[in-house]
Amino acid sequence: MLSRNLPTLSILVFLGIWQGLAIFLHSSLLPSPENVAHVFWQHCQSGELPYHLGVTLLRLLVSFTISMLLGCIIGITLGRNEKLNAFFDHWLVIFLNIPALVTVILCYVWFGLTESAAILAVVLNKVPNVVVMLREGTRALDKDLLNMAKCYQFGRIKTLRHIILPQLHPFLMSATRSGLALIWKIILMVELLGRSNGMGYQLHLFFQWFDIASILAYTVAFVGVIQLLEFALLKPLDNLALKWR
Amino acid sequence: MTTVHIQIHEKTHHGTKIPTIENFELTLNAGEFVCLVGQSGCGKTTLLNTIAGLDANYSGAIHVANKTLNPKIGFVFQRPCLLPWRTVRENIELVFVNQKVISKTHIDELLALMQLTAYENAYPKQLSEGMCRRVSIIRAFAINPDLLLMDEPFVSLDAPMAREVSELLQHLWQKRPHTVLFVTHDLREAIALADKLVFLTSRPMRVLKEINVSIARNQRNSKNVENFREQLIQNYPELQPLL
Repeated sequence: MLSRNLPTLSILVFLGIWQGLAIFLHSSLLPSPENVAHVFWQHCQSGELPYHLGVTLLRLLVSFTISMLLGCIIGITLGRNEKLNAFFDHWLVIFLNIPALVTVILCYVWFGLTESAAILAVVLNKVPNVVVMLREGTRALDKDLLNMAKCYQFGRIKTLRHIILPQLHPFLMSATRSGLALIWKIILMVELLGRSNGMGYQLHLFFQWFDIASILAYTVAFVGVIQLLEFALLKPLDNLALKWR
Repeated sequence: MTTVHIQIHEKTHHGTKIPTIENFELTLNAGEFVCLVGQSGCGKTTLLNTIAGLDANYSGAIHVANKTLNPKIGFVFQRPCLLPWRTVRENIELVFVNQKVISKTHIDELLALMQLTAYENAYPKQLSEGMCRRVSIIRAFAINPDLLLMDEPFVSLDAPMAREVSELLQHLWQKRPHTVLFVTHDLREAIALADKLVFLTSRPMRVLKEINVSIARNQRNSKNVENFREQLIQNYPELQPLL
């Protein structure tokens, strides 16, 4: 009984503490949950929040797709090829360690304050992470199964689909999860620095007006969308692929 | 069914000085069941991998069905090597190069012969070790291979289970004869299964002796196998270190 209601209980306690603090501090810098809900509703009705959230989600979708595809291709290639890996390993370390802010600034300076520069900055930040995860996964592939595939003349596409991708599934899932979390954060920075719409741009405005309630309202929308993605998309994908276990 | 001719001048593993295989020559007649007998680690697995085209780094020539390129080869590995994310039937169907020519009845027959019909929709994790072996044997037979390679397929099974799978294999092979190259280090197993025994030296591996098994297939009970084995040891003292 308790364990089933634990998530609800835990969230209620969180809201309780927030409410208590808001009442105790009685400051415009920490609005109460009720206040934030009200502001959230107003932003929704005006259509402002859905619009900016939509813009950000679209950017997320595009940059996420590009990064995952590129990361998978490079990661699997490096994992399968010792020599290439030995050479590009150093590049990977460099790209992994460039701060996100630097890539964003450089992309805007070199390519202008454009949409493609924004997407490129996000992709450049995310790809090295995907590469590292997929490379590890590819190295851990079962050699015997690969031999089996070769002996029975599976060919490239069939081997990828039936032998390699199922084994990479856990690595793909964790790259997806950490990727979503990372890209969210970088996209906001990209929008804050060089776009005139999206969540990051809005947050920047609210910051200048010290509109804490709006900032928190946008944050709630944000967390909500990510949770929705997790439950509506990632969990079912997980269950589908792990049926055989 | 096809004649197979294997000739390997030299096969040396990367970073070693002594060749693993040297001056190896063997001919398999069509439909013949040949057992390779040799000590563990003498290079038998390397030989099978080379024949299967998994290792192209050797000097020599291998002709299967008068083809040097892409003969149809069925391989039963030491491990079952089934895809855990596919059911028994999907695992078998997957090895067909052309997915359109899969004959359902053919696979049904094979499943029935190996007593796995009830498990065709099970995943490998739900099966016993012995059943997984049987699936991997079906998989190898299913494509009607020009040559069937088996690399100690019973090695990790306990004795009763190994006997059971071995009997099913003989039964299957008699219904659907193929040219078979079977690797083992167990002489009794080899005598029970083979038309011809091929004894191998340790590294560098060569053919030491070829001996035909003269017992009729329906007479191969454990007593006859044991007698044959003892005679073998008496007649060929040079094989002693292998036995």
